[in-house]
Amino acid sequence: MNREDLRQMILEEISAIAPETDGVAVDDSEDLREALDLDSMDIFNLVVALSQRLGFDIPDADAPRLITLGGGVDYLAGRIAPR
Amino acid sequence: MPSLGSDMEAGILVEWMKQQGEKVSRGDIIAVVETDKGAIEVEVFEDGTLAELLVQPGEKVPVGTPLARITGPKDTASTERRHASAPAPTPAVPMPTVSSVQGAEAAIQPPTVTTLAEGSRATPAARLLASERGIDLALVKGTGPDGSIVRRDIEEAAPRAATVPDLEPMRRAIAAAMSRAKRDIPHYYLGHSFDVSQAVQWLDAYNAAHPPQERLLLGALTLKAVALALKDFPEFNGFYGPDGFVPASAIHIGTAIAMRGGGLAAPAIHNTDTLTLAELMERLRDLIGRVRKGGFRSSEISDPTITVSSLGDRGVDMLLPIIYPPQVAIIGFGSVAPRAWAIEDAVAVRPVLTATLAADHRASDGHRGALLLRRIGGLLDTPEDL
Amino acid sequence: MTVMSYRDAVRGAIREAMQSDPRVFLMGEDVGHYGGCYAVSKGLLEEFGPERIRDTPLSESGFTGAGIGAAMGGLRPIVEIMTCNFSLLALDQIMNNAATIRHMSGGQFNVPVVIRMATGGGRQLGAQHSHSLEGWYAHIPGIRVLAPGTVADAGGMLAPALDDPDPVLIFENALLYNDTADVDWPASVDIDHAAVRREGTDISLITYGGSLGKTLAAADQLAAEGISAEVLDLRVLRPLDEDAILATVARTRRCVIVDEGWQSGSISAEIMARIIEKGFWYLDAPLARVCSKEVPIPYAHHLEEAALPSITGIVEACRAVLGR
Repeated sequence: MNREDLRQMILEEISAIAPETDGVAVDDSEDLREALDLDSMDIFNLVVALSQRLGFDIPDADAPRLITLGGGVDYLAGRIAPR
Repeated sequence: MPSLGSDMEAGILVEWMKQQGEKVSRGDIIAVVETDKGAIEVEVFEDGTLAELLVQPGEKVPVGTPLARITGPKDTASTERRHASAPAPTPAVPMPTVSSVQGAEAAIQPPTVTTLAEGSRATPAARLLASERGIDLALVKGTGPDGSIVRRDIEEAAPRAATVPDLEPMRRAIAAAMSRAKRDIPHYYLGHSFDVSQAVQWLDAYNAAHPPQERLLLGALTLKAVALALKDFPEFNGFYGPDGFVPASAIHIGTAIAMRGGGLAAPAIHNTDTLTLAELMERLRDLIGRVRKGGFRSSEISDPTITVSSLGDRGVDMLLPIIYPPQVAIIGFGSVAPRAWAIEDAVAVRPVLTATLAADHRASDGHRGALLLRRIGGLLDTPEDL
Repeated sequence: MTVMSYRDAVRGAIREAMQSDPRVFLMGEDVGHYGGCYAVSKGLLEEFGPERIRDTPLSESGFTGAGIGAAMGGLRPIVEIMTCNFSLLALDQIMNNAATIRHMSGGQFNVPVVIRMATGGGRQLGAQHSHSLEGWYAHIPGIRVLAPGTVADAGGMLAPALDDPDPVLIFENALLYNDTADVDWPASVDIDHAAVRREGTDISLITYGGSLGKTLAAADQLAAEGISAEVLDLRVLRPLDEDAILATVARTRRCVIVDEGWQSGSISAEIMARIIEKGFWYLDAPLARVCSKEVPIPYAHHLEEAALPSITGIVEACRAVLGR
């Protein structure tokens, strides 16, 4: 799974959580909470969804790394790589 | 048509979820109605058979209109009307809305009458026009005999209110409720900041030990702390009506939930004080999801006994909220942020949360309000007991 | 166009009816040799003879009953009662017979009688000659009640009244007999509708009969003060032209009713009730009334003047409604 797949996956899950954000352009370094008006419940749901989809547990302590798209891709890529 | 809020006067039946003749049980969702707050699912409060559907999809009917007839298991006829006698307040003047007047026939349909300050008068023609233009009579100065509000006063008030009809129904509902609150309720405000390091540490440990879907947000802890504190402070949990303050028999905390793109709703989490943190988190998650999709239930929207509003996610330190009538209190939470915090003679950096209380001075006094906020802070110090 | 008085118009209408229909005849106290108490029938005895212009004994019940019987028998009687005050002696005939026979006979008998009577005060004739009872008669189903307030109506209402198969009562305010106007003759009017006599936008004045002139004069005064008053002449007190009443109130949203009758249980009370029932949401001010004081109309000139609706009283009522 390459970085673009991961990026696409994150965007899909955000879209499922907050359909209103569909089509809003976000660049990799933007804070998703600001850019897409996401709150802590949305981030919570994103962590749950990505954990289930990828089959591994994203620790709560790592959740802040998902608040930018670029950070999320880096983090998930790093978690997948050792396998 | 159940009253789904003190400002609701009419609703549109969107869809029947059960067929005529079908058996229904308490808690079943039997219909969907469209209100200013969006589409709301109507639950049934009786067991029985849906004997007759009295309102067709698409019809707009005033609050209190029977929607259907339910024949009870013991053949006692009852109707959906009973919904309206739930703890939800009935509107002061439940009247259908008139959109326009064409000839004598149209004019005999009464208008929606917005609240009028006590002792002031408005003529029928003024009331009708105010209703058509969505103008709040309480904001109009009367120039007629003895200061009565006459039609011309509404005509002249119109330009100022010209934007009103363009607002979304939800914005109108919020405007009406908040105007009423600011007009009728003598608010007092208290704020209290507390060190929440105990709660934060406990939460971090809890979340580290649980898979993602079982984790908690701090919001669940603060909600539970408010619910438990309210047990000893009944004067903040209930409704202020024509007969004064009436405490509620249960604690149903309304949770202010912002819609993306504007607007908010504050549906209730029923019996908040009896839920475990895990249950509360699940309810909160479910409710937020449904509110943002427009699928909350009639009982959730109609009967919160107090409201909690959290704007911490948006990084503000504190908020001074407005009470949602006929409730008598609202509690606001700002963000948890690291602050310099004096502990005995030293200064430490601690996560600090500011809670605010806006309460109705007709129902309670500041002294008790202060004790309530202190109690909430104290409960957050022992998160394991929540 | 012809300049004529209200009296001439009534007389002209009777003459034409008698000329065009041999079934028409006039009877009443002093209508023949004396020429009518208000000189309405002066000269008619000479023209039509005693068979058709019949003086009657002083018995309202007797000659009104005879008129009802004649109508049932196929004639078209015009019964003149000197004043409506005396008509109470004939109330049994009017209410229990004229108004009911068509209904009680299952439609077998119509009563096409016309009963004219003078009404109103203002002539220092004391309480027994000065009352306005047309509002009472308007209470009775089965009859039509007319109140001509203009010369044209005085001349034009008789013909359609005689054509009506049911009893018609015409109330002629005695103060109007000397009014003159330039009218189309023969006058042709209906006996169903009210008429807007003056258009206005700020307030509606609803009136009829003897009060119409006072009300129009009050509207002139109001216009000088910048108040635009609409004047509705009811013309027909039963059945009331409810549409016209509601329409004028819808236009102006304010209303003063001027009625020479006493206000308690009056036609003015009925009009108010209709407006409240069907025009409530039009209203931009409380309704008001100008009626006669609730006393037997006094004889003394200054007291009588104080008891009857006045132009000043109408103007003041309008100012109060408008808050000016």
